[in-house]
Amino acid sequence: MQDLISILDLAKEEVLEIFEKTDALLRGKIRLRLDGKIVSLAFFEPSTRTALSFESAALSMGGRVLGFTSEESISVAKGENLADTVRMLDNYSDCIVIRHKFDGAAKFASEIAQKPVINAGDGKHEHPTQTLIDLYTIKRIFGTPEGLTFGLLGDLRYARTVNSLVRGLKFFRPKKVYLISPPQLRLREEIRNELDYPTEERVDPRDVIGDIDVLYVTRIQKERFPDESEYEKVKESYRVDVRLVEEMRKDSVILHPLPRVTEIDRRIDSYPQAKYFLQASLAVPLRSVLLHEVVGGVEA
Amino acid sequence: MKNGLIVSKIKNGTVIDHIPAGRALAVLRVLGIRGQEGYRIALVMNVESSKMGRKDILKIEERAIEEREAELITLIAPEATINIVKDYEVVEKRKQKVPDKITGLLRCTNPSCITNNDPEAATKFKTLRKSPIELVCEYCETRITEQEVLRQILE
Repeated sequence: MQDLISILDLAKEEVLEIFEKTDALLRGKIRLRLDGKIVSLAFFEPSTRTALSFESAALSMGGRVLGFTSEESISVAKGENLADTVRMLDNYSDCIVIRHKFDGAAKFASEIAQKPVINAGDGKHEHPTQTLIDLYTIKRIFGTPEGLTFGLLGDLRYARTVNSLVRGLKFFRPKKVYLISPPQLRLREEIRNELDYPTEERVDPRDVIGDIDVLYVTRIQKERFPDESEYEKVKESYRVDVRLVEEMRKDSVILHPLPRVTEIDRRIDSYPQAKYFLQASLAVPLRSVLLHEVVGGVEA
Repeated sequence: MKNGLIVSKIKNGTVIDHIPAGRALAVLRVLGIRGQEGYRIALVMNVESSKMGRKDILKIEERAIEEREAELITLIAPEATINIVKDYEVVEKRKQKVPDKITGLLRCTNPSCITNNDPEAATKFKTLRKSPIELVCEYCETRITEQEVLRQILE
């Protein structure tokens, strides 16, 4: 594998292979090593989970990590452009994991770097490694994402995790995907048009909640709104509360890429459907497998 | 030509035919011609065409069309034919194809696209549809319609 910019850079077989290896890693069947390898974390935009889970993954395999998690601490604050920063990291490491506020920044970085580039979120465009974690979590719970009914709830317009997830679901032929959002935050038409499985737009999750196997909730991406007044109109326009979850089937699940703000009531955390912490816990093993594939480590 | 709207032949230069009606001025803009350059130009607009219903034609004396200009012309006039004239005769008839990729000529309309925010990131568009033109930014996947291409060329 060279670069991972979009989830569609992977073939279904590669996705399944990553899942199999993650299973094997979690069962202690394989040991992955990255001795002598250096992973750059180029986080031009804040991150907690993604940056730390990549770091933990690299360190747990004996690799080393260098980089930054904000623009303030590096020369970008002095006016250095992205291309020059990427050239430097390309010299210093075996792989660049990049997060950036601008759409397409990861692809641009991949054109400059000789070493592989992994997109850890580029603006409102894509976040493919989160989708691998999402789909893997679903596979762990249901055996496969195939044939399930999904409800994607929240900011479908600006959430990069949603773009990658709806594309990733093309590998698994879901029964149906409900796109549930305020009208202003609907999935962008060009993305919806490329989907080859049944979708339906909804505003109120209550209308379809009984049908749903996987409710995938996203935060309203305040930082991506072109202006504050647009954000004010939709903020807190949806919330997963006890009333809603009581209407869900017992064998259904709630996922969230985290961080959450107010869109999931904290009382839901103790419900059997709440699987977002399990989802978050799978980030390190999955990203370990991915880093190992991309950097080319030793497997024992 | 019907209706007696006759423009005499040019001696040496270029005739661009089959321009969609009303777009000859945009084609001149693509060529960077604003009138002060001194070229002798005949501009025929909205005349009958058996193929297109109505069309525009441009005749420009002593001006060749470069490959890159021809590519740009196809974005707003995908059916255009470019005739090279020497000594009153058409010596070459070019039917330019809409390119599959367009680099650096147009801007992405997404203000958050990396191409609008890094001086080294030149725009790159893939052609999704040729007539009317529809492009997609290779970086952020924003779609650009014919209307936007025209707007950028005419601004």
